Amino acid sequence: MSLTARRSPTPRGLRRRRLRGQIGWTLSGLSVLLVAFPLIDLLAVIVEKGLRALSPTLFTQVTNGISGGLWNAIQGTLLLVVGALVFAVPIGVLSGIYVAEWPRSRFAGLVRFVADVMTGIPSVVLGYFGYITMVIGLGWQFSLLAGAITLALMVIPYIARTTELAMLNIGHDIREAGSALGLSQGTVIFRVVLPGALSGVLSGIMLAVAISVGETAPLIYTAGWSNYAWNGSLVHAPVGYLTYVIWTFINQPFASAHALAFAAALLVIALVLLVNAITRTLLQRR
Amino acid sequence: MKFPRVQTVLTVIAAVIPLALLAILLFLGSYAWPAIRFNGLGFLFKLTWNLGNLYANPVTVAGQVVPRGAQYGILVFIAGTLLSSAIALLLAVPLSIGIAVFLTEAVGGTLRELLSFVVELLAGVPSVVYGLWGYAVLIPLVAHQIGPFLRSALGFLPVFAGSVGSGYGLLTAGLVLALMVVPIIASTLRDALLHVPIPLKEGAYALGATHHEVVREVMLPAVRSNLVAASILGLGRALGETMAVLMVSGGALNYLPHNIYSPVTTMAAFILSQLDSALTDPTGMAVRSLAEIAVVLFLISLLVNLVARLLIWQTERRSRVAHG
Repeated sequence: MSLTARRSPTPRGLRRRRLRGQIGWTLSGLSVLLVAFPLIDLLAVIVEKGLRALSPTLFTQVTNGISGGLWNAIQGTLLLVVGALVFAVPIGVLSGIYVAEWPRSRFAGLVRFVADVMTGIPSVVLGYFGYITMVIGLGWQFSLLAGAITLALMVIPYIARTTELAMLNIGHDIREAGSALGLSQGTVIFRVVLPGALSGVLSGIMLAVAISVGETAPLIYTAGWSNYAWNGSLVHAPVGYLTYVIWTFINQPFASAHALAFAAALLVIALVLLVNAITRTLLQRR
Repeated sequence: MKFPRVQTVLTVIAAVIPLALLAILLFLGSYAWPAIRFNGLGFLFKLTWNLGNLYANPVTVAGQVVPRGAQYGILVFIAGTLLSSAIALLLAVPLSIGIAVFLTEAVGGTLRELLSFVVELLAGVPSVVYGLWGYAVLIPLVAHQIGPFLRSALGFLPVFAGSVGSGYGLLTAGLVLALMVVPIIASTLRDALLHVPIPLKEGAYALGATHHEVVREVMLPAVRSNLVAASILGLGRALGETMAVLMVSGGALNYLPHNIYSPVTTMAAFILSQLDSALTDPTGMAVRSLAEIAVVLFLISLLVNLVARLLIWQTERRSRVAHG
């Protein structure tokens, strides 16, 4: 103690250094506040205005021009999410397994790299791709299938990467134990490693659900918009979705349109938070 | 050759990911090809986006059939994209450093968990909801409080002088984008700071450094390359962001921003908002030119992400070498 006291700089220099440190801590605390405050305000505004617009008819009636309910949009969002998962889960999970189980192969490296790069492609570019190839190229017009496949393209890389990380978390000893029992490689992967990695894999799928619920740009020119409930067709019929209501109705000069936009935003936020909560419990159980 | 089937099947399925990237490039590129031929390099440097006379007979220019007087220049949208992203990064990088330092060094336990959750939540809010909040809260705030304040405080700089406008514009877009980029940079940086080798910190303490000096002189320099990579990833996000920007940027056509409050349009926002009007062009050249913007945006984001991923890959490899 006496040694450090003798060796330390003059008290004045130390005081200045401590002051600099205090200023630094204050600034970094301030940056937390500067970012937390808008988020709290955002949640408060949407919950407040959304709750005021919430009513049972939102869930039973379809949109009528700029008023009415949101049933068509709620149903459409759910259909699009399920549709995207139908394509994205098998492709994403199996790709992730491949990359995790054959990590040394050059092709796995390429897949991993491309998946990372693809998460950075602007969603509107994917939407345009969907428009060119499916909506006009294949003649599907605005449709559930075009929207779902476009969303799937968007979330496949996320599912693949989270699956890979979850599989890599399972130690090598477990794989070797399986092989030592004479199990085939496929059995080891799908009956031993995958069940162990399941909560991680599911959390990736949940992330994909959250992204799909909140996306707008890739859907506007693939899914279109419909005031009616789903008629059961996969192509040639547009579908509605909640995020469209937020974007379009807030620009209408009518109170009923604004109310619907905030109600839709509340539903979207609630869904995203619910999915996040599910993911957290999944990961904690592990 | 014992069990090749599983590997074969999985390889084929995994091939979907690189093939999808290739397909996006090929289909967008070939669809936009006539526009690329017609527009030439001037596409990137011309100010005017003009669909031409859609009712007169189309003319043939450079082998392409286009409406008379049609001209497609995207300099305005490139400027809007770059400037709004630059504002976002200028705000988000220091904020993210502050947040990451605060989360790793200033607090622990429940408060750290809670604040980390806030940052995660920020990343989970959909873009269109940011747009809605920007429309309802931020635009009036910029028009009546932030804008006038900046003009009176920094008005001697031409960027901050002049009309504050309606609140729709470059500044508002930059603010919303900053909020969306912060979680990307802050969470990457937090993870990197948590992995700074303990002996490095102990060494600095042993030399008599204060806690903040350890952070400033030892920890932050140690994660510099992570910060650069994360900032580039954030830049990629900001460049391609569509809905939030579309809802708060005001939509400028055919003129460059003259101050920080000016309305702007970004490439992503323009593609999304203009398809309906482009479809009125009977020659289809307007839609193909929009596809060309998508190609440009795609290539820019591809480049930005490639650079970021290569940097991350390199730092990971270097740290692996350093740790034996």
